[in-house]
Amino acid sequence: MDTSSLLSVRNLHTSFFQDEGTTKAVDGASFAVRPGKTLGIVGESGCGKSVTAQSILRIVEPPGRIVEGEILLTRADGTQTDLVKLAPNGREIRAIRGGEIGLVFQEPMTSFSPVHTVGAQIIEAVTLHADVTPKEARARGIEALRKVGIPKPERRIDEYSFELSGGLRQRAMIAVALSCDPNLLIADEPTTALDVTTQAQILDLLRQIQRERAMAIMLITHNLGVVAEMADDVVVMYLGRVVEQGKVDDIFHDPKHPYTKALLQSIPSIESRPRVRLPTITGSIPHPFNRPPGCPFHPRCASFMPGRCDSAAPALQPLGEGRAVSCFLYR
Amino acid sequence: MSSPAIIAPLEAPSVDAEQRIAVATQWQLMWWRFRKHKLALGGTIVLALFYFVSLFADFFAYADPNESDAQRSLIAPQTIHWFDDGRFAPYVHPLKGTRDPKTFKRVYVPDPARKIPLQFFARGEPYQLFGFIPTDRHLFGVEGAKAGETMFLMGTDTQGRDLWSRLMFATRTSMTIGLVSVALSLVLGVVLGGVSGYFGGAIDSVIQRIIEILRSIPTIPLWMGLAAAVPNDWSVMQVYFAITIIISLIGWTELARVVRGRFISLKSEDFVMAAELVGCNKSRIIFRHMVPSFISHIIAATTLAIPAIIISETSLSFLGLGLRPPAISWGVLLQDAQNIQALVLSPWLLFPSIAVVVAVLAFNFMGDGIRDAADPYL
Amino acid sequence: MVAYIVRRLLLAVLTVWAISVLSFIIIHLPPGDYVTSYIASMSASGSAVSEGEAKALREQLGLDQPITIQYAKWMGLILQGNFGMAMEWGRPVSDVIGDRLSLTMIISLAAIIFTWAVALPIGIYSAVYRYSFLDYVFTLVGFIGLAIPGFLLALIVMYVGFAYFGANVGGLFSPDFAEAPWSLDKAWDLAKHLPIPAIVLGIAGTAQLIRIMRSNLLDELRKPYVMTARARGLPELRVVLRYPVRVALNPFISTIGYLLPYIVSGSIIVSLVLSLPTVGPLLLKALIAQDMFLAGTIVLLLGVMTVVGTLLSDLLLMWVDPRIRFGRE
Repeated sequence: MDTSSLLSVRNLHTSFFQDEGTTKAVDGASFAVRPGKTLGIVGESGCGKSVTAQSILRIVEPPGRIVEGEILLTRADGTQTDLVKLAPNGREIRAIRGGEIGLVFQEPMTSFSPVHTVGAQIIEAVTLHADVTPKEARARGIEALRKVGIPKPERRIDEYSFELSGGLRQRAMIAVALSCDPNLLIADEPTTALDVTTQAQILDLLRQIQRERAMAIMLITHNLGVVAEMADDVVVMYLGRVVEQGKVDDIFHDPKHPYTKALLQSIPSIESRPRVRLPTITGSIPHPFNRPPGCPFHPRCASFMPGRCDSAAPALQPLGEGRAVSCFLYR
Repeated sequence: MSSPAIIAPLEAPSVDAEQRIAVATQWQLMWWRFRKHKLALGGTIVLALFYFVSLFADFFAYADPNESDAQRSLIAPQTIHWFDDGRFAPYVHPLKGTRDPKTFKRVYVPDPARKIPLQFFARGEPYQLFGFIPTDRHLFGVEGAKAGETMFLMGTDTQGRDLWSRLMFATRTSMTIGLVSVALSLVLGVVLGGVSGYFGGAIDSVIQRIIEILRSIPTIPLWMGLAAAVPNDWSVMQVYFAITIIISLIGWTELARVVRGRFISLKSEDFVMAAELVGCNKSRIIFRHMVPSFISHIIAATTLAIPAIIISETSLSFLGLGLRPPAISWGVLLQDAQNIQALVLSPWLLFPSIAVVVAVLAFNFMGDGIRDAADPYL
Repeated sequence: MVAYIVRRLLLAVLTVWAISVLSFIIIHLPPGDYVTSYIASMSASGSAVSEGEAKALREQLGLDQPITIQYAKWMGLILQGNFGMAMEWGRPVSDVIGDRLSLTMIISLAAIIFTWAVALPIGIYSAVYRYSFLDYVFTLVGFIGLAIPGFLLALIVMYVGFAYFGANVGGLFSPDFAEAPWSLDKAWDLAKHLPIPAIVLGIAGTAQLIRIMRSNLLDELRKPYVMTARARGLPELRVVLRYPVRVALNPFISTIGYLLPYIVSGSIIVSLVLSLPTVGPLLLKALIAQDMFLAGTIVLLLGVMTVVGTLLSDLLLMWVDPRIRFGRE
């Protein structure tokens, strides 16, 4: 029992079963979130990051479902609950949703109901998880808005989401997610839809909140810069599998997996020589119905070893000090 | 979710399925999707059957639909006996007219003593196939001089006319009015909707107001008014076309709305701007670039508009305001069913309603299937 | 928001005006006029009408003036509340129409209430439990409801009632109450007779509304805010009812706009079959007899009622959808 982690995902498999075929969105992912720390999950579009987050909260949309695996959440009293084993939409998981784990989405505009006020949605969350009077709930809502830096929260609480600017909306989203004081905040691409300045502000806000509340953050993004700035630990995903994980410094300065290396190489840098073509990763992500056999990255890998990489998929191999890689180069 | 380019991995398993999808034309894709829709396929087959019957109405009927005989009024449908002593030899019992001793009404009962064999491809009333090929073969019939007198598959109406034959001809009329009317609505809708959507501005506002006004007026009083205005002395054909035009005058608004919506959403698409920048003139942009992207939606909307037209024609004729005798349509046939007391005694008068319901259902299913197949985002 | 109201009001007035012109034109479309059909029916019964008599009649009824003047006169009278004389009946139009118009409205409203009460829950169920067995059942029943024209359904209902129960299920009142003045008892009698006409009228609309609700809700169910609501820990039922249903309700409410004219016009034919004392049978007779004042007034009033109803529904929509209130239609 690994109680040093707040959330421990083990061998998670989530698949979507459609007429045209079955898509393995998450194909054996394992990682852990340490309490009070930030875990950055990084990968291209379609690598299964969002589905992982949805699987944790058990809100995967049908025809998708968790096929295998464990998601162990350490509760306030020290016990561990396997979220996979909970009844979907049952009382327990609903108490955890919003109560112990909060979720912030990418698109703040469509994450709010267009016909309810922002306040109504915050107050609803508060009343769900705490036994308070409506007046108290409203007070908490206003306080939550204030905490995320929204000016004049007493007025804003009665406004509709379309009356707020993009940055304010995202802050309001965060306020809703934090309104019940969760231990873990899952942020799925929280800044992707924002401009760079607002992005910086939101990230500052997240860091501040984390400090104040000793809250863990699971930050999902495709932006390596954000990861470098925010994360303590990093998980790199490709096609539903974890290809590498470790502390942020290790990953950035000593990447092991060919994919991680290629990703880092492809970041434009102010130090690179002028008039040199930006390195890219050859090929593109395979069609979900057309997964390559063996290691999913082998068609694009610079270190491809024929006969080995295309016959079996490498397992996630711990390399000590929290590092792990799935690559035959390190067997 | 971004759609990745289809590139074969190094050691490619067969990617035929994907490449087929990648090179298929728009119509092929639609057809594949349409095929999966069992109900839509069923509807299409049923409609094909209906139109087949319409085309060959004379062939399917076995009696003159207008030949009336008061003595034969309101005869019940006869049962076909399929086997005669174990052999497949369909026959009917001819009807014997007797007088009911209690009511003194003439009542027809099947005469079990005599059998009249049913023949396929029998000779009967002469007619012109496709309007110019003279023949007298019918799908089935009873050979003999007074063929129509001794077989009534669906019974007769109040005037003694064979209902089955009338139904065949009614199918032809009702199904074709639908087509002609919807064609007119289509033209009106596409032109007005297109102008409204493409040019926008004042023209759009005016046309939109007109459409809104038309849509908020209860249609049936309008129809009734217009139909009542058709002079009594017009010929059957003239009345036919007048009714068709009247019905299409109200129905075009829905199509115009769809067309306008499409034009408006397409106007701001990048590919239209690209075409303009390349130097295409307006008509080329409209017809070669914009129209192909929504033509499937128009087809779907058109197909779905036909059931309403069929129902309106049937309703109008039922009221006596639509087609008039000697024209035959489903609505005209159902006029006989207006009298409830008569209906209870002769429920077979309601048979044409089955045709109406089935046709409307079939159009709805097929239209739904086309719409689902045309809209890739469902 | 004010702009919205003003625009809708203006449109309503414009529509009413257009309806009046249309109804006037329609009444005058058939060649000849009331006097012509009067002459025809007189000669059918054996007596003749001389030229002079015809001319005098025309003058008396104002039928010899140009059409624009006739229209102006008619509108002038209407605005004063005088709907003219029903020529065939020899009584003022308002007398002849009497109760019928309000009864038409009552039936139409009952049909709309029935439609909503049925379509809303079924639509929601069908969307949430898409492709379930009940969903298919509802879809099928809905399709059949769509396919059977109103008058046919009315016929079938009458037939079944007559053939199997020996009862005449038509009519809105029992014989005792038919001509009686209004009272609570009469109202109750009306209520007892309402279900069948309301259901017959409403079924086609119900089928359509179910489909609209189902597809709108399906669209909304896929949106992120539903997932966020779930992620907050809301029970599933509340997630669905409070958020996507609320949003999908808007296009649903705006369907009154076309539901009302549809039902009002459907009631014309259905009331003919079910022998309801509403405006339908009256209109038919008036049209055939070319009784201009009667027919024109009926069409005009029907149109006005419908426009008012649509206006009310637009106001209702505005109240319900904050996006419209804030001017972001």
